[in-house]
Amino acid sequence: MAELVGYGFVLGSIITLGAVGLTLIYGIVNFGNFSHGDLMTLGAYLALLLTARIFPALGISDRPLSPLSFGWVMLLSFIPAMAVTGLVALVADRLVYRPLRRLEVKPVFLAISSLAVALVLRSLVYILWGPDYHFLIHGLRPMLRLPLGVKLRPDQVFIIIIAWAMVAGLYLFLQRTKIGKALRAMADNPNLARITGIPTERMTILVWFIGGSMAAAGGILLGIDSQVRPTMGWALLLPLFAAIVLGGIGNPYGALVGGLVLGIVQQASTMWLLPSYKPAVAFLVLILILMFRPQGIFGGT
Amino acid sequence: MEVVRILHSMAGFAVTASIYAIFALGLNVHWGYTGLFNIGIAGFFAIGAYTSALVTSPQPTGVLAHYVKQAFGLNMPFLVGVTAAGLVSGLLAIPIGIPTLRLREDYLAIATIGIAETIRLIFNNERWLANGPQGMIGLAKPLGWLVPPNRYNFIYLAIVLAFLLIIYLALERGIRSPWGRVLRAVREDEVVTSAAGKNVFLFKMQSLVLGAVIMGIGGALYAHAIRAIQPGVFTPLFGTLIIWVMLILGGSGNNKGVILGAFIIWGIWSGTALLIDHIVPVTWSARAPYLRFLLIGLLLIGILLTRPQGLLGEEKQVSRMM
Repeated sequence: MAELVGYGFVLGSIITLGAVGLTLIYGIVNFGNFSHGDLMTLGAYLALLLTARIFPALGISDRPLSPLSFGWVMLLSFIPAMAVTGLVALVADRLVYRPLRRLEVKPVFLAISSLAVALVLRSLVYILWGPDYHFLIHGLRPMLRLPLGVKLRPDQVFIIIIAWAMVAGLYLFLQRTKIGKALRAMADNPNLARITGIPTERMTILVWFIGGSMAAAGGILLGIDSQVRPTMGWALLLPLFAAIVLGGIGNPYGALVGGLVLGIVQQASTMWLLPSYKPAVAFLVLILILMFRPQGIFGGT
Repeated sequence: MEVVRILHSMAGFAVTASIYAIFALGLNVHWGYTGLFNIGIAGFFAIGAYTSALVTSPQPTGVLAHYVKQAFGLNMPFLVGVTAAGLVSGLLAIPIGIPTLRLREDYLAIATIGIAETIRLIFNNERWLANGPQGMIGLAKPLGWLVPPNRYNFIYLAIVLAFLLIIYLALERGIRSPWGRVLRAVREDEVVTSAAGKNVFLFKMQSLVLGAVIMGIGGALYAHAIRAIQPGVFTPLFGTLIIWVMLILGGSGNNKGVILGAFIIWGIWSGTALLIDHIVPVTWSARAPYLRFLLIGLLLIGILLTRPQGLLGEEKQVSRMM
């Protein structure tokens, strides 16, 4: 059980990286972004492209980072992969969501269009990389014995550290900077934010970039933990939504808790259920939240 | 002879397009008339297909029983299978509606994705239920004894068209009735509708169940058209998104429009399959199908941006009393 909680913490950290972006976007543009899982997939494939093709072609040689099963080019790949995915999210906003907002359609139409964006992203991944599995890491995977009987691979400890460092960075940004405060204000109440002079269009651009790049980081970490495949992000969509509903939509701190809870519950369920049922477990959690506390544990917008 | 062969394959095309038209009519009840955001059509599609498969096929015996596992096989007639499919699918909608229909519309969307994924996982993992990933083959062929197999599409097309026509006429009648007007009022403004004394939750639930019944019937018709079903068919793309594109293209809130949309999109889908087979080199054949997925996604975005009301748009409906 302690082992499963450990793995759950790893998965939860990955879900959290997706969920904080998803909940901020939800709060600010007021629709559920169904392409968020596929942004995670895209991030993982970009890291694959960078580590396997682009960096070697540029003559950047890899050096192992013992005891991790990958080298420092993996760390290096985070920056461009996150930037490009953030830009892709932003471009989707400029080309699809913003024109629709201008037409003043109901937010649900934006959600439908985000499904179409998800499909476009996933098709591109299939076309460029094919339907097969890929691995980001190739080394052996020794186990670390941690206190309380938890066994994790060094890679998984790395995943937890990176994920929470990013979350902490986002926390400081939201809490300490003026732009961060403006973002939270807008997620809380867009109209009120607009009257107080917050440049809402610029905030929208920013939130798509942040959300997209955090999603990419989550995708890369998921790829390090298991493997890279075209449906990896889609399979995370239910836990992502369950996490943000649990934490209260628009509330990034709620998403942290929600992400961890979902990760741990999904892993713990493998004691009794096949691991492939994890999305169904997330669905069950979602239904329970909707029945008993639809506003989330911490309340939302 | 050649002409008959071509007509026969065109009938095959029309069978699938008409079945998709039935799904699109079901979605039109949900989204077009009531504003219910269902993106888990694949779930109702799958439950309908599997229900009819289990109800109409016999329990495997002898050597076959080692290879084909299924929870039960009732060996009932086709019409019983279709009826059961509609009922089970409609019943499934109730527990989805209870926690979500009082909340904002996106919650229903997430819940419907959840149920669709869960159903697919169950049929994939539980081999005892309906033979797991291999699925079920050799499903019943209604009125198959009438003609030789190379003429059968004509018979099945007549059956499917009969269902399409009945569903279309019933919906047109329902939507023009006072009941249909309440649904559209719910879509436009829930607060005003409930202020007018209507139980919004109940009307939404009726719409959710009715649409699900139609989708379940569509699933059963699909199962007997292909005569082989496996969980891989009921993916979000094939079972859900393509139907949304049909609805949005044809015109949400217009039953004729969504039928038109179904035929156009299925035409594009089948036509590009032929095209890609001829153009794309063999080494790319594993990736080529995704060019069509890309096309469908871009098409949906394009329609939403340029003609969100669809080709036909919603008809103005006025009571006959006026």
